[in-house]
Amino acid sequence: MGLLDKKFNSGGVIITKVDDLINWARLSSMFPMTFGIACCAIEFMTTGTSVYDMDRLGMAPRASPRQSDVMIVAGTVTFKMADRIRRLYEQMSEPRYVISMGSCSNCGGPYWEHGYHVVKGVDRIIPVDVYVPGCPPRPEALIGGFLKLQEKIRSESLMAPKALERLMKKQEA
Amino acid sequence: MELEDITSILKDKFGDDIIREVDENASPQAIVVSPTDIHRVCLELHTNERAYFDMLSCLTGLDNGPEAGTMEVIYNMYSVPYEIGLMIRVKLDRNKPEVNTVSDIWKTADWHEREAYDMYGIKFVNHPDLRRILLPADWEGYPLRKDYQHQEYYRGIKVEY
Repeated sequence: MGLLDKKFNSGGVIITKVDDLINWARLSSMFPMTFGIACCAIEFMTTGTSVYDMDRLGMAPRASPRQSDVMIVAGTVTFKMADRIRRLYEQMSEPRYVISMGSCSNCGGPYWEHGYHVVKGVDRIIPVDVYVPGCPPRPEALIGGFLKLQEKIRSESLMAPKALERLMKKQEA
Repeated sequence: MELEDITSILKDKFGDDIIREVDENASPQAIVVSPTDIHRVCLELHTNERAYFDMLSCLTGLDNGPEAGTMEVIYNMYSVPYEIGLMIRVKLDRNKPEVNTVSDIWKTADWHEREAYDMYGIKFVNHPDLRRILLPADWEGYPLRKDYQHQEYYRGIKVEY
């Protein structure tokens, strides 16, 4: 008999808050979308190797936006790509999160001045949760970004939506 | 085979006026021809068994700026059996840059010419499919022109930093 069966059969009960349970489930299985657009994607791929072992965070890359929770924008966002990124983001089911990886997708990076073809920050087209600086960021930095996102998810609340409360307070004032 | 052999092939066929300039310091050595002659010159160099330029290594555009008022198309070709490279340049009017396509001679020129059109707005007459190749189809302007100004917004996204 397995460990879980034994526990439940012997009348084990776990008490927790719904918020904590849902947040724990969400932050323990942030499936990223298999999606890379420039050199940052190489570091993203490295993060998935056994050396850095992205799977230990419950992050298994999914090949479809409909199955993914996190979009890691790993690379230079060109204007030609912008529409596609927006569309992929819209295809993801909620709750969805975006990590902007590297200088290019943070702010345009080395193309900020003369790059007529580069969107100067992916936050001009989709909302971003975590920015990871670097050019490109090492896998350690990207994992740091994952932990930051986990922290963010951990403090979320279904019962008391903070953003909505803030908005209502603003309207009252 | 030397540059003189190539120029003599062309001079024998089309007369002495066919070659406007010769630049022996360029690498590979370059000849300048008129835009109206480029197609028959390329065809001759491609088909003549004494030249046999069977490979077009590169085709690129060049903008000399509004003050000079000219644009150029530069053809780099290579003759595999004779192991010699050749550069041909044509000068175009910057206000109406038009030149005949060579994509019927070398298939590879198809996409190269589309790129030159994309970046410089050079029109290649008789090209089978002259569309933008890198930039989105609704992009405004030609980015590698010296006086290029990018648009303020592209599909609602601000372009400037």
